[in-house]
Amino acid sequence: MSDTDPIIELRGVTKTFGRQRVLDEIDLRVERGRNTVIVGRSGTGKSVLLKHIVGLLRPDRGAVYFAGQRIDTLGERALVPIRQQISFVFQLNALFDSMTVLENVAFPMTENQRGRLDHRKIRALAERCLEMVGLRGFERKRPAELSGGERKRVALARAIALDPPPRVILYDEPTAGLDPQRSDAINKLIRRLQEHVHVTGVIVTHDMKSAAEVGDRLLVLWNGRFIADGPPTEVLQARDEHVRRFVQGIAEPEDLRLINA
Amino acid sequence: MARSNALTAALAGFGAGTLATLANFGRFWLFSLHALSFVPVELVTVRGWRRLLPQCFHIGACSVPVIMLTGMFIGMVLIVQGYEQFDAAGLRDRLGAIVNISIAAELGPVLAGVMLAGRVGGALAAELGTMNVTEQLLALRSMGADPVRHLVVPRFLACLFLTPLLTAYADLLGALGAFGIFVGVYGGPPEPYWAFTREIVQLWDLGTGLIKALFFGAAIGLVSCYKGFHCRPGAEGVGQACTQSFVVSFILILMLDFFLNVVLNGLYSVWYGYRSLI
Ligand SMILES: Nc1ncnc2c1ncn2[C@@H]1O[C@H](COP(=O)(O)OP(=O)(O)O)[C@@H](O)[C@H]1O
Ligand SMILES: [Mg+2]
Repeated sequence: MSDTDPIIELRGVTKTFGRQRVLDEIDLRVERGRNTVIVGRSGTGKSVLLKHIVGLLRPDRGAVYFAGQRIDTLGERALVPIRQQISFVFQLNALFDSMTVLENVAFPMTENQRGRLDHRKIRALAERCLEMVGLRGFERKRPAELSGGERKRVALARAIALDPPPRVILYDEPTAGLDPQRSDAINKLIRRLQEHVHVTGVIVTHDMKSAAEVGDRLLVLWNGRFIADGPPTEVLQARDEHVRRFVQGIAEPEDLRLINA
Repeated sequence: MARSNALTAALAGFGAGTLATLANFGRFWLFSLHALSFVPVELVTVRGWRRLLPQCFHIGACSVPVIMLTGMFIGMVLIVQGYEQFDAAGLRDRLGAIVNISIAAELGPVLAGVMLAGRVGGALAAELGTMNVTEQLLALRSMGADPVRHLVVPRFLACLFLTPLLTAYADLLGALGAFGIFVGVYGGPPEPYWAFTREIVQLWDLGTGLIKALFFGAAIGLVSCYKGFHCRPGAEGVGQACTQSFVVSFILILMLDFFLNVVLNGLYSVWYGYRSLI
């Protein structure tokens, strides 16, 4: 396998829920060590797409590959070694209610890297990751006692607190609900992880500023297909009507019809 | 024409309902077998016990007060119900034995089971249902951890081990409550009360009660975890899972009770023959 092979590849992935076709013959090759940003209106299937990459959802048609291995046909047990290389920041954070913040952040390490890391190392790394997201002193709190933005940052800390670091991190709206300063810090963190630790990032976001800042490549998902793909600077200047309206945050005429009537 | 259409629709609806029920039943068994397959390893590892002990506290220790109350009131009410009749028939001294055997073999396990189905089953379905709808189960899977092993097995084992223990507690409090009313309120003589109880209530009765409790505990644990894991999205889905887990556990307890009694009574007559309680 050469370095230019994609680390994640989706081929013709189609997913329907009932009668609703969410993904329509999606093709995507994610390059190693680069940040790929996916934007699109809410409800277009961005989260559904991310879940296909770790086998939490299975395509109706098409195939999903990780590091050259087909994974959409694997059973839960066979997926474990794949999943241990990928971290997932969920849109709803999905922190474990019954654990403290520190236990949440340490959980992937205690679960998967017990043989390699001892208790003290795990604790130290978890604390350092909490510090990176600005949550020093929150170790003993429970997720229920945190604000939305703080929870998001705990979820980020949990995704990066692995030694060795994960090969891929899937970020589902990592800056949603954060103030502009925190968003900026998180964007820089995502960039640093990619530049210095060579983590491949797949970032789903609505935040165009963040997309331009962290992305090496920007894709726009629209009605189950990608309608734009390229370096952020190019996509942000695209001519396509839908893309232009989306990146500039201008509502579609059909969405305004009822409001203006 | 219209009539046959309505009939076809009704039959189709019935068929679809039956299929859905069967599919659900199959899924429940697969889920249960999956959980059971982890029991040996969870019982011999430190990590397994680390997960089990907190559940034992939530499910067991925290249920003690309500179980005590349940047991005590059953014992007390049985004396109130039976005293006059037994006294008039000249069987007052044997009332304790009848009440105690009823508690040990039947009422203790069933009512403790029902109490736990409400208290523990509802809480488990709500907890796991909430974890389900907030994607915590997906998060576990995405980290390569098995949610069934992490969440279901400790809760199931805690229910399995602690329901008999709590039932024994209910039995004890039931016997004490009955005795208290018998002597304290009705002024019955204490010595023959215990003498007849010793003579009639056998280890068998206590044992079968506890064996039944073991089955009830398994049913409560598996049903409520299953309902939580398969609840519909939203707060409404979690609420439904709670209600259903209680109703299904309750019905299962009654059904298990019936069939276990048939089997255990059969075994008793084969091994020991007939015995008279009066
Ligand atoms: N498990 C599911 N069952 C049914 N429909 C789903 C499920 N997950 C997502 N959907 C539907 O798929 C569509 C895309 O969802 P999602 O990927 O979460 O959107 P977003 O792009 O905002 O992340 C939505 O319309 C949602 O209703
Ligand atoms: Mg989403």
